Amino acid sequence: MEFFQALTQHAFLQHALLGGLLASIGCGVMGSYVVVKRIGFLAGGIAHAVLGGMGAAFFFGAEPMYGALIAAIIVALLIGWVTLGWRQQEDTLISAMWAVGMAAGILFISQTPGYQIDLMTYLFGNILLVTSKDLWLMMALDVVLLLLVMLFYRQFLAVAFDEEFARLRGVPVALFYMLLLCLVAVSVVLLIQIVGLILVIALLTLPAAIALHYVQTIGRMMIVATFLGALFCVSGLAVSYQPDLPAGATIILVAGVAYLLSTVLSSLRQRHRARAITSR
Amino acid sequence: MTAVIRVKDVVFSYGGPVVLEDVHLDVEDGEFLGVVGPNAGGKSTLLRLMLGLLEPTAGSIEVGGREPSEGSRAIGYVPQYPPFARDFPITVEQTVLLGRLGTAHVIGGYSRGDRDIAARVMTETEILNIRNRRLNTLSGGQLQRVLLARALACEPKILMLDEPTANIDARMESDIFALLRQLNQRATIIVVSHDIGFISQYVRRVACVNRTLICHSTLAIDGKVIQDLYGGDVHMVEHAHA
Ligand SMILES: Nc1ncnc2c1ncn2[C@@H]1O[C@H](COP(=O)(O)OP(=O)(O)O)[C@@H](O)[C@H]1O
Ligand SMILES: [Mg+2]
Repeated sequence: MEFFQALTQHAFLQHALLGGLLASIGCGVMGSYVVVKRIGFLAGGIAHAVLGGMGAAFFFGAEPMYGALIAAIIVALLIGWVTLGWRQQEDTLISAMWAVGMAAGILFISQTPGYQIDLMTYLFGNILLVTSKDLWLMMALDVVLLLLVMLFYRQFLAVAFDEEFARLRGVPVALFYMLLLCLVAVSVVLLIQIVGLILVIALLTLPAAIALHYVQTIGRMMIVATFLGALFCVSGLAVSYQPDLPAGATIILVAGVAYLLSTVLSSLRQRHRARAITSR
Repeated sequence: MTAVIRVKDVVFSYGGPVVLEDVHLDVEDGEFLGVVGPNAGGKSTLLRLMLGLLEPTAGSIEVGGREPSEGSRAIGYVPQYPPFARDFPITVEQTVLLGRLGTAHVIGGYSRGDRDIAARVMTETEILNIRNRRLNTLSGGQLQRVLLARALACEPKILMLDEPTANIDARMESDIFALLRQLNQRATIIVVSHDIGFISQYVRRVACVNRTLICHSTLAIDGKVIQDLYGGDVHMVEHAHA
């Protein structure tokens, strides 16, 4: 309750809340693709390698979020190119980029004075530091993301569901796969603001994975996952506020517990249904 | 009669041993062709070559006078092993609608016409009543009908089916082949089957694929042909030809 009182008084909390809501859109929409296409590891690679770009931006005195965005897109294109061309060694190559990106980031940051504070912020996020400038960037990214997904909904669905069939229908599969990865990269950047790059992958996959327990279509999955993402961000923020816990970690724990409960619940429900059928 | 598909001197390997060798095949417009042969004989590979999903190591393939990768837009394909995850969150109707991709506009949703065509082919394949079900709730036979409907939604000139009845019961198998016979009035059909006796009731010509390809009129199939193809002891079962 104290949280909601504070919310009316402090601009930084309002920013945090708005940031959480804006990030939820990326997490719901692109997280659904990540879950159904089973590219969680790939998204993890993008998220971690992004530290290279943030570190470089930090070192050269640029805005770290722009560095993150550029790095995320470059890494997404590299990983996409690798998975299209060398499917056999996909794992190894993604792991390599994952580690090399982080290593480069750490080197850049270590060479910049005053690095101790910022490194933790990048790794684990700090939702309370979201500025109004960040919010504008997040909103712009959400608009781009939603626009592209709405315009090419059918193509993205075809590429996520059945690449081979999409290719036979003349859909430029490689192009849309690359675009999909770039949009995943964009949502990674959105979420880094909230939970940092180490925890991104949880917020990208957990709400979507929970939604998958209850929906028939990927469109519904996106809507439910967005609401769940927003719910986790807000409740995590509220829970962490008074005891002054790290907000990012709290949000992830809330999401993790919800996922666990939902998994148990839906498997019980399935078993119940199976029993109802056999006893009929 | 004109050939809609021409396969000339095709050799193919996946990088290891030769899978297909010296394959010649002209598929006539309006034909109902059966493809038979032992397991791992190269039947699926031959279809995938005609679809442009694989490139021949040597030789050439034309579909409607064009490269397979371009000509394949005219083909409706039912794969032997669907490559998608069965638990993907997609309904029957959405799956069938994917067959309308690449026909008209690029941006936005499906048109009224697309939905009408999807409804028509779902009626034909008798899945209209399960259009809102998610794929992971379907039986094997229902899924097979959905895949056939998706292929029909492409409004194909050529229909290619790779063992469409491998995992379903005999009655449903007859149903599907009866439907194919009807569809043959508007499309050329190529169907792979492991059951030479069964399909010879329906097709006029069979291509026997076992690394090489030999065509037979179904009237000429006897124990000798089958033994040469499968190499083992095979019992002939008498049956009438249509
Ligand atoms: N993707 C692949 N990579 C390597 N070898 C393959 C692949 N697909 C099929 N083969 C091999 O090619 C041969 C022909 O396979 P296939 O065309 O599937 O036969 P059929 O459909 O007649 O059972 C088999 O020996 C099989 O092991
Ligand atoms: Mg096969």
